[in-house]
Amino acid sequence: MEKVLKDLVLTNSDEIVRMWMEQVKKNQQGEFYQSISEEMLENTNREFVNVIFEGIKKGEIAKTPLDEFAERLINLGWPLTYLTDGMQVFRRSLVKFIIQKWDDLDFSQAEHVYELGDEYFSWVLEKVDEWVDPLINELVSEYSGSWENIVSLQRVALQELSAPLIPVMDNITIMPLIGTIDTERAKMVMESLLDGVIKHNAEVVLIDITGVPVVDTMVAHHIIQAAEAVRLIGARCILVGIRPEIAQTIVNLGIDLGKFPTKSSLRKGFQTALELTNREIVENQNQEYEIENLIDSLDRSDNE
Amino acid sequence: MSDQSCVYIKKEWDIVAARQMGRDIATKVGFGTVDQARIATAISELARNIYLYAGSGKICFEAIETVQKKGINIKAIDEGPGISDLAQVMEDGFSTSGGLGAGLPGVKRLMDEFDIVSKSGEGTTIESTKWLR
Repeated sequence: MEKVLKDLVLTNSDEIVRMWMEQVKKNQQGEFYQSISEEMLENTNREFVNVIFEGIKKGEIAKTPLDEFAERLINLGWPLTYLTDGMQVFRRSLVKFIIQKWDDLDFSQAEHVYELGDEYFSWVLEKVDEWVDPLINELVSEYSGSWENIVSLQRVALQELSAPLIPVMDNITIMPLIGTIDTERAKMVMESLLDGVIKHNAEVVLIDITGVPVVDTMVAHHIIQAAEAVRLIGARCILVGIRPEIAQTIVNLGIDLGKFPTKSSLRKGFQTALELTNREIVENQNQEYEIENLIDSLDRSDNE
Repeated sequence: MSDQSCVYIKKEWDIVAARQMGRDIATKVGFGTVDQARIATAISELARNIYLYAGSGKICFEAIETVQKKGINIKAIDEGPGISDLAQVMEDGFSTSGGLGAGLPGVKRLMDEFDIVSKSGEGTTIESTKWLR
């Protein structure tokens, strides 16, 4: 920034801050601003403008204090428009102020001397833009960087959740699916299913779709393909967790799921899986006897 | 009659957004869980068709309320390549993408009214209504 302008702006910072505060408040009428207290908004505004001025004093681009300020606002969940709007108002206030005070400017030390006329106006605009634009870019990239970071972290988290495989007992494995299935996830389901069948030496795989909100032709198609692939490597697939409304839509769509067994709940599917692997659940009666005997003996000792 | 709301389909995840909005409107109109699932599935099919074949387009919803009946109207509009043979796509098992080919005939069965207009090279508009009983 030109030294002449910088000196003018710094010596009159109070006046500019006042102009800025006045303008910026007019713009802060949205839904977000109603949710925070006036005092908080006032304090943040003041801090914002101080950070900007601190930047002018230090040099051309006020990176560090502004970055810290922006980071704090991101963490608090303030919208990006607060910052961009603030900077735009600042630019306008600055230009307006400099042009008002044009006559007071002392050009005796400066390289260029401008007289009142058409020329100086664009010169002021250019100089102010040169200084404000990098700040806006910095703020925007700071914000979008934080968003990208969040999105990529969530994508990783989602991928970890997308196709879990649980080997519940020898030869029986369950894959619970929760949430929407898109093409990418369908691929992962297929891969993880086939890997799991080999790794856990599974004979029966239960695919549980209780948590899948909508089963359309695409989802059905992927499930049929997965089941067919599982069959090819010598295991059997049971589709469980078909809710009544899903059953109706599957029938309406005319999807043929007749090639492999389906069950309404995971429990029924698991029982079928046990039957297929020649096992059954046996209640342990002996233990109950023992407990009853124990209670009986306690009762007797009480009576005695 | 109430106002229309639209979801633009550009990415695969927009299908989920469309489904969600359709389900919300269906709930407001008063549909039960089975019909909600039918409507959501129909929207899913229409939105996926836009995503797969046209690349981009939009799905518009409208809650209809007349003196006699209530319902939801779904419009799927795209400016994609269009469908050259309408009779063929309404047949079960016809698919150009290796899918099940149950999409459009399925939507017709899931909904009460179904109307398709398509011109080769200009795009496709599918309008479908489900009435509350």
